[in-house]
Amino acid sequence: MKTLVLVEHDNTDMKDATLAVVTAASQLGEVHALVVGSGCASVGEQAAKVAGVSTVHVADDAALANQLAENVAPLVASLMDSHDAFLAPATTTGKNIAPRVAALLDVMQISDILSVESEDTFTRPIYAGNAIATVKSSDAKKVITVRGTAFDKAAAEGGSASIEGVTGAGESGLSSFVSEEIAKSERPELTSAKIIVSGGRALGSSEKFEEVITPLADKLGAGIGASRAAVDAGYVPNDYQVGQTGKIVAPEVYIAIGISGAIQHLAGMKDSKTIVAINKDEDAPIFQVADIGLVADLFNAVPELTEKV
Amino acid sequence: MKILVPVKRVIDYNVKPRVKSDGSGVDLANVKMSMNPFDEISVEEAIRLKEAGKAEEIVAVSVGPQKAQETLRTALAMGADRAILVQTDEEVEPLGVAKILAKIVEEEAPKLVITGKQAIDDDSNQTGQMLAALLGWGQGTFANTVSVDGDSVEVKREIDGGLQTVKLNLPAVVTTDLRLNEPRYASLPNIMKAKKKPLDEKTPADYGVDISPRLTTTNVSEPPVRQAGEKVEDVDALVAKLKAVGAI
Repeated sequence: MKTLVLVEHDNTDMKDATLAVVTAASQLGEVHALVVGSGCASVGEQAAKVAGVSTVHVADDAALANQLAENVAPLVASLMDSHDAFLAPATTTGKNIAPRVAALLDVMQISDILSVESEDTFTRPIYAGNAIATVKSSDAKKVITVRGTAFDKAAAEGGSASIEGVTGAGESGLSSFVSEEIAKSERPELTSAKIIVSGGRALGSSEKFEEVITPLADKLGAGIGASRAAVDAGYVPNDYQVGQTGKIVAPEVYIAIGISGAIQHLAGMKDSKTIVAINKDEDAPIFQVADIGLVADLFNAVPELTEKV
Repeated sequence: MKILVPVKRVIDYNVKPRVKSDGSGVDLANVKMSMNPFDEISVEEAIRLKEAGKAEEIVAVSVGPQKAQETLRTALAMGADRAILVQTDEEVEPLGVAKILAKIVEEEAPKLVITGKQAIDDDSNQTGQMLAALLGWGQGTFANTVSVDGDSVEVKREIDGGLQTVKLNLPAVVTTDLRLNEPRYASLPNIMKAKKKPLDEKTPADYGVDISPRLTTTNVSEPPVRQAGEKVEDVDALVAKLKAVGAI
């Protein structure tokens, strides 16, 4: 089977999310990579070094600079004449483009796979990870998005793929790029943070949230999350929300502070490698999933922890 | 302009889904069902566009079982003008739903389709993008802000690490993300009024769409269960533990 992997990049650097997709693709067969962008030759060179990639297709075109799905999808669909499976990372870029490709090919996409069971069978989370479905595809071509945290990263060095240029279909005329605001915060983004410090309703106010949670996150170089209750109470904005209707995260360490552990929250963080819970209620459900629990008043324990880590 | 709002009936987000012991799926018997939260945001956005004088009519659509009528009534009570139920007891995949919606778009000729970015049951995140592809329309996915201006719509999108703004020619498809708005609750008088609003019933066959599934779910299982770890006595013990697992 010949696979085509969508490389995640910003026209300068290839992103790590690509490497997990290469691993998933290599379990299906031969791995080709596709770099779609503008002035993205350096990304093509980085992709060619990834272990396991045999060919890199580079579509370098001003119309592809912002990877608008309307312009990228027809290009991918045309390349699928000579490939059997298209795999994209389950990032916002991949999730935007892949279904558009699938519909053009009349294929039902398999979203967010966790494992490759065989050439046509995969596992994927449903109900925010509260259940794992094994699905078998009857489509001749496969269109897949890959959950990055579920696969090991392929080695970024060691490969020597050939690089080929491909031509896109140009501007679709349907959409245009206006602007982009990428958060410049020093703080790691939630979905890629190695450590997340998350606060709940027990913090009591936005001032206390800032006063208690932020110093610990700063000290650990961690991302900051929150429970829905904390968001609903207005302590932090919506984009902090971890949970079924917020962000799904799986960091190395997740520190839940003053979070009771509602189902909706657990759904968003229970795949974290190590979960730490600090809560004064010893019966809080969060302790049922925590690897390390501390029953204590967070207003004493967290500042002490901040000082000692 | 007319806005089409596809909505899905799903298990309520506060209910913990239980996997059936035979591995055939998730038990939906006697479970509270509600409108998919992202679709509530879509209905709300359509109503706000109407209130701002940017839209004249809002048509809610659902593809699903007879009971999806309740979900459509909720949309009507919130402020949609009429509804279409495409009734089927089969589970319709996003590709099939997108094909049915494409046919409805042909009939209804909306300028904008607003739908949730994903349903919280199958978590596919596909229908809006597929519909846009089938129609040859632009797509503004994961919308954080939607501004309609004449023949185009600007959509500020939530992307990894920040926000991206794209401009789409109308007609277009928008899929909604959490921060777009806070959906209103339907008032009791509006719930009563919604009962009298028109609700058409159709079937997939009426649209000549083949909805036979492309994916077969061979098993549904519980995710690996996390074992509760241990409780530590104090912060010093916690720090020691964190060091021991290499967390810090």
